[in-house]
Amino acid sequence: MARRGAGWTDKLLLVHWPLVLLITVIAAIGCAMQYSMAGGHLYPWAAPQIMRFGVGLVLLFAVAFVDIRVWLALAYPAYVISFLLLIAVEIVGHVGLGAQRWLEIGPIQIQPSELMKISLVLALARYLHGLALDEVSKPHRLLIALVMIVLPAALVLKEPNLGTATIILADGFSLLFLAGLSWWWILPAVGGVLGAVPVAWHFLHDYQKQRVLTFLNPQNDALGAGWNISQAEIAIGSGGLTGKGFAHGTQSRLNFLPEKNTDFAYTALGEEFGFVGSVALLVLFAIVMYFGVRIATQSRSQFGRLVAMGITLNFFFYIMINGAMVMGMIPVVGIPMPLISYGGTAMLTVMFGFGLLMSVYVHRQVELPRSSGGII
Amino acid sequence: MPLFDRKDKSRYAAFTRRTLMTGGAMGAVLGVLGVRLYQLQILEGDQFRTKSEENSVSARLVAPLRGRIFDRFGVELATNRRNYRVLIIPEQALGGVDEAIDTIGKIILLTDRDRDRIMRDIANNKKFVATTIAENLTWEQFARVNLQLPYLSGIQPDVGQTRDYPFGEELSHVVGYVAAASTKDQQSDTDPLLALPGFRIGKRGIEKSLEKDLRGSAGVSRVEVNAYGRVIRELSRDPGAPGSDVWLTLDRDLQKFVVDRMADESCAVAVMDVATGDVLALASTPGYDPNLFNVGITQTQWKSLLENDHRPLSDKALSGLYPPGSTFKPAVALSALDAGAITPDFSINCTGSLAFGNHIFHCWQKHGHGRVNLHRGIAQSCDVYFYNVARRLGIDGLEAGAHRLGLGNRTGIEIPGERGGVIPGRAWKEKTFGVKWLEGETLNAGIGQGYVLVTPLQLCTMAARIASRRAVSPRIVRVLGREAQQRSQLTKLAFSDAAIGAVQSAMNAVTNEPMGTAFKWRIPDAGYEMAGKTGTAQVRKISEAEHLSGVIKNDRLPWKLRDHALFIAYAPVSNPRYAAAIVQEHGAVESHPHVQMVRDILLYVQQRDPLKRTPGWPVSAASLDRDTVRL
Repeated sequence: MARRGAGWTDKLLLVHWPLVLLITVIAAIGCAMQYSMAGGHLYPWAAPQIMRFGVGLVLLFAVAFVDIRVWLALAYPAYVISFLLLIAVEIVGHVGLGAQRWLEIGPIQIQPSELMKISLVLALARYLHGLALDEVSKPHRLLIALVMIVLPAALVLKEPNLGTATIILADGFSLLFLAGLSWWWILPAVGGVLGAVPVAWHFLHDYQKQRVLTFLNPQNDALGAGWNISQAEIAIGSGGLTGKGFAHGTQSRLNFLPEKNTDFAYTALGEEFGFVGSVALLVLFAIVMYFGVRIATQSRSQFGRLVAMGITLNFFFYIMINGAMVMGMIPVVGIPMPLISYGGTAMLTVMFGFGLLMSVYVHRQVELPRSSGGII
Repeated sequence: MPLFDRKDKSRYAAFTRRTLMTGGAMGAVLGVLGVRLYQLQILEGDQFRTKSEENSVSARLVAPLRGRIFDRFGVELATNRRNYRVLIIPEQALGGVDEAIDTIGKIILLTDRDRDRIMRDIANNKKFVATTIAENLTWEQFARVNLQLPYLSGIQPDVGQTRDYPFGEELSHVVGYVAAASTKDQQSDTDPLLALPGFRIGKRGIEKSLEKDLRGSAGVSRVEVNAYGRVIRELSRDPGAPGSDVWLTLDRDLQKFVVDRMADESCAVAVMDVATGDVLALASTPGYDPNLFNVGITQTQWKSLLENDHRPLSDKALSGLYPPGSTFKPAVALSALDAGAITPDFSINCTGSLAFGNHIFHCWQKHGHGRVNLHRGIAQSCDVYFYNVARRLGIDGLEAGAHRLGLGNRTGIEIPGERGGVIPGRAWKEKTFGVKWLEGETLNAGIGQGYVLVTPLQLCTMAARIASRRAVSPRIVRVLGREAQQRSQLTKLAFSDAAIGAVQSAMNAVTNEPMGTAFKWRIPDAGYEMAGKTGTAQVRKISEAEHLSGVIKNDRLPWKLRDHALFIAYAPVSNPRYAAAIVQEHGAVESHPHVQMVRDILLYVQQRDPLKRTPGWPVSAASLDRDTVRL
């Protein structure tokens, strides 16, 4: 049992500082874009974003210093609480933007779907931690895992929040894959999903269908729903090689981009810093993921490994979906670009995730018996 | 129980394998995003850059400054003045739009109707679009608004340009006015300027006929706009070309004298340079204030203009058609002399009437003029004499001669709305009524009645032609932009000198010999004498019974039933320089006020002598033009 008694000052030395620095650099780029889009003003976006990042950083360290065994112990309760909150949202949720996503507890607004992403990673990691490689593919074991994944995803989809539901499913299935799920399950499932697309189409909301249709042919509706996609592509494309220069993006500054500072913040970067700037950010993200994979493989516990990869993949899915969306490769879904888009919940969720990743790193030498996971 | 066992080892190996696969997949996805960026930003970058500029750069038209209109000495007849306006930008009104308007209402008077219009305009526009609260403010009002500006949130003082006619009614029919372009205007004229809010185009007068020159060409301001159309900043500005200035032949001082002299009469006067045809004064009274149409005429004002029996909206000088009456007689005499139908010695005995066919043609002098030759016939305006002359000349000769003097045709003056009138002939009657010409109608035409219809400007042209012996035509535009308007070579009037001399001498007798019909109202000042011809155009039909019992004197008839009074004249008799014509509607009364007007006008113009004065810039071309014509 290594470093059971290590204090937080000792842990400070164990922190993956390059990752912290990298996250800070990316967040700084995000704040700079918020500053630019406000026409060169700290308000209304840049200053709150900086503050949130500060809070997020504190959260990151707080989470990182909590022993991984505590997180193991909290995994199931957190999952249950998140699940109950999702049901609560279903019942009393505040209707915002036509979708029930928010839950108000006193002055705090909670988005249970965000909590669920983290909780699912923790709970599934704990569950899979208790399973030997051959057990993962056993039908009754797999069924429990699937229920853990699909039930919350279904609730989130019903809110309706297609983007987050997709990420929850992707997080969950990725963990199953990483835990060593047999290809005999994976290949038929992938084939089945592809076959089910036409059926799924039938169950989509009108606005969701509209988004898909618009995405497939944005020029058809250039001033309506296709506006977002067209304008985002124009913004990114007009950046060219080196961009229009900081605070000189006409598309974002002149409000041609809807949601310019939230979901479409990455387009402003593309417009003002061009191909060089956009790719540079992707490279920074790639390094973050590289660090995530390294941390996962260095952990001595299956729980730690799965949590680290779960968090890394969750981060990755944000980037993939948002990036593909603003570049017109997939339909518009409400997924922000992590650390770049304006928004408190997303920032705190992401920083909390990095905190867990950091906790895995700090406690990488901690070994956990397989029996501490498994069946509830 | 050991913390590690073989099972753990196998699943760690599997995890590492699959993690590497996942890592590779993540890298591949980021690579795909990078490729997509390459496609958007490098391959299609130029295309998107163009689209982004189209998005954010908007070209806005800038109205050019309209050309001014000057009189011959450079007095501004139509100009652009500063339009002091107060605008409101609703989103900047911190205390709300209502409060802002209440506050401004304490400084400048706003009626309930104004308020309704303002609120409607605000409701129809976006919150950042400026709406006009009031315009055409006086300097004092504007200064007061500016003084209170710190307390007026959302209120913006602004200085625009608007058309101004400093002389109002005096020149309404010559200069015309500008007003907002109608939908019809916008269909026939595709200049995008017409769609500009607040843009005005010429609707009448010189403003209309020289619209293309006065308007100038639109400038373009390239502005950066945001997605809602709000202007962020101006990128570049091309001011466009201002309209050309126009210099008229008119003498504003003379015009003022003429209009003042015409007072409240329903009247048309033209004064012309006999050598060049330059119109020195051209007035139709009553006029209207052209500024009303520019700023927006009210319902009541429009109604009162329409209902006025003196017809202020009609330009009587150009479009009023009147039987010339006896002022036609010099034309009949000239045609007959030139055609050889009579000699100046041709004489008849006037008994007060002439029987022709089964109809009796009366002379205005019931008891007859006795022995009458050409000289007396014109001087005393004997109708019976001219019945005879017309009969000898025939309608064909009369028609040709009258046209040669400029009657019955548009003169071609550069003011829109001119009418041609009628000099009747056989072909004309055949075409118009489908019946043959009757000899009796020739007699009627001989005294300027019947079908004959002319405009006051044509009468003035005739007087000028008789006076100068040249085929002058009226013109009113002297310089357009920087180009002096060249006149075509003036040809000699196609009548024999002897014939013109005889008529001139007779017209001199009208005013300067005691027997003349206008002797009472001659110009007695030596060297300023005028020659002329009086006329009366019958408005009502006089019955045979009335002829017998004695025609009721015009003075005793209601205004509407009185005859029109006409007079043509030129002066000085010795070396004619100025010609004038007047038609006073229902003005035929004993005291001949219309002759008195012309007398005063001709005396004034000779004493002032605008033709001798140096015209305004550009002096050379225009004066040269005149001097070469003068022989």
